Amino acid sequence: MSSAQLPILQVIVPLLAAPLCLLINHKLLNWLFTLLVSGFSFVVAALMLWQVSDTGPLSYHLGGWMPPYGIEIRVDQLNAFVALLITAISTLVITSAHTSLENKKDIAPGKHTYFYVAYLLCFAGLLGILVTGDAFNLFVFLEISSLSSYVLIALGRDRRALWASFQYLVMGTIGATFILIGIGLLYMKTGTLNIADLAERLPEMADTRTIFVAFCFFIVGVCLKLALFPLHMWLPNAYAYAPTVVTAFLAASSTKVALYVVVRFVFVVFGVDFSFTTIPLQAVFVTLGTLGVLVASLVAINQQNIKRMLAYSSIAQIGYMVLGLSFGSITGLMASLLHLFNHALMKGALFLTLGAVFYRIGGVSLKHFQGIGRHMPFTLAAFVIGGVSIIGMPLTVGFVSKWYLLQAAIAQGWYLVSVIILVGSLLSVIYIWKVVDAAYFKPALVNQAQLKEAPLSLLIPVWVLVLANLYFGMDTRLTVTLTDQVATQLMHIEVLP
Amino acid sequence: MNFETQWLQTFFGLYNYWIVVALMMCGLFIVITDGNLIKKVVGLTIFQTSVFILYISMAKVTGATAPIQIEQGTAVYSNPLPHVLILTAIVVSISTTAVALALIVRIKRAYHTVEEDVIQRWDVKKRRSEKRSKPFHE
Repeated sequence: MSSAQLPILQVIVPLLAAPLCLLINHKLLNWLFTLLVSGFSFVVAALMLWQVSDTGPLSYHLGGWMPPYGIEIRVDQLNAFVALLITAISTLVITSAHTSLENKKDIAPGKHTYFYVAYLLCFAGLLGILVTGDAFNLFVFLEISSLSSYVLIALGRDRRALWASFQYLVMGTIGATFILIGIGLLYMKTGTLNIADLAERLPEMADTRTIFVAFCFFIVGVCLKLALFPLHMWLPNAYAYAPTVVTAFLAASSTKVALYVVVRFVFVVFGVDFSFTTIPLQAVFVTLGTLGVLVASLVAINQQNIKRMLAYSSIAQIGYMVLGLSFGSITGLMASLLHLFNHALMKGALFLTLGAVFYRIGGVSLKHFQGIGRHMPFTLAAFVIGGVSIIGMPLTVGFVSKWYLLQAAIAQGWYLVSVIILVGSLLSVIYIWKVVDAAYFKPALVNQAQLKEAPLSLLIPVWVLVLANLYFGMDTRLTVTLTDQVATQLMHIEVLP
Repeated sequence: MNFETQWLQTFFGLYNYWIVVALMMCGLFIVITDGNLIKKVVGLTIFQTSVFILYISMAKVTGATAPIQIEQGTAVYSNPLPHVLILTAIVVSISTTAVALALIVRIKRAYHTVEEDVIQRWDVKKRRSEKRSKPFHE
């Protein structure tokens, strides 16, 4: 396989696999096929990252048309890194999907094919957003992934899943249309849609009101997708009532991709100079980030449904990532990218654990967790390690990113922000402890003699993610070197346009 | 030309953008305030359509033709690219509307209503009853 074709394979394989799933229309075969496609994408992403680190950015010209006239697919270290993360998570989530979807309380029987089709489309859309080098293409891929995730959420058995999906659809469409307005105004001013070309032409005309408005529309649109506090209203219900596999995948991937778009546009297209001096982005991101951390963590403490609790915790973690961006320093950007990676690992692990609990017990409220620690030791141990990682204890990944975040805050001299970062961690101790307390120290409710450990097919992906949590918490060479390189590159674009 | 006529000229010269802004605000207003789900979708469509007009009108050059070269020479033509982009965006908008309407059909079946406040009342009730009920481990 020629390596020049790698970037397009990343998108085209899942995209073509989706309709094939519809043709296969068989539970087990569809699962194997999706697993194969996901694994293949993972290999492609790994090869791309290896190649990009070796020889610099890869550029693929769609249909042989030269950029900026044709559509370019451009892969550099930043998007290869995120693509590797997304494909890895997807492969693990799909590994557990077959068993998890057997549960009739999770998804209606007979809807499996639709799940795999929508899943592959969503996967293709997310990867498309990552690799594309064209702003309008980004919008189209965003809509592909969003439309399919509305379908995925609506597959939940609870009727509230439908309502959550509709709410997400309304918010998501408004967000996407805002992005469309932003891209339109950018095109109006620069006459190009190519991201690299946009970055080159924008500094000349950065002081016009059109660019200012374009920036605002674009960032607000992406922040709706990112679920940055106060634009997060769609997220808790969508995560709580979707099938658990879907929640695990969306929590670990879709918000991460939206954060990637923010990074790409704030740091590459508009440039640090414009984003942080012409526009008070720093003030906005610091305020919303810290508020997000505090408010979402406080709300999480009050939740009875653990899926909802973790959804609010996700909003708080997004607050941390945005806070990292707001520093406008290399360490801050690095902390943000590290947290992007680490949060995907820990939320992936936690939501998959919930999937295992749901499979055995059929519910994920605090009451359902009572006394199951003794009967499902491996599942609950995974939950504890994932939870500890969310809190940010040393030896887990959560610690690494929070450490860099604190360093960035202290280097900036923002002591109040560093205190808030620590308070956020303390609040997460409370909500994680509530689950641990219920699972290990509360008496069981009803006869639990039949309650068994979750099946291996669910436990293996969970434990792979948990071990990754521990491994990347102890051996930080790979992630730290990579994010350091990426952050330095991104910050230098400002100096050398 | 005095100041006032110049101002009026700019105001009316940008009439296409005023239409866009008016439609956009109407659409957003309907999405936010109306409780009926179907009307919400209508509002969403109006909102999206306003953006289409923004794209189409910005590519139009006064007195220009379509970008087809009939004979040698330098004819003035409108920029075709935004028009093509909007063709794609219209497809996206149609699929969004289709998914939204399909969801509304299922919501109607599950809740027997398409009014937002009724649905929310049901959900609050359900959450309260969930808090009281005791789960039984199977």
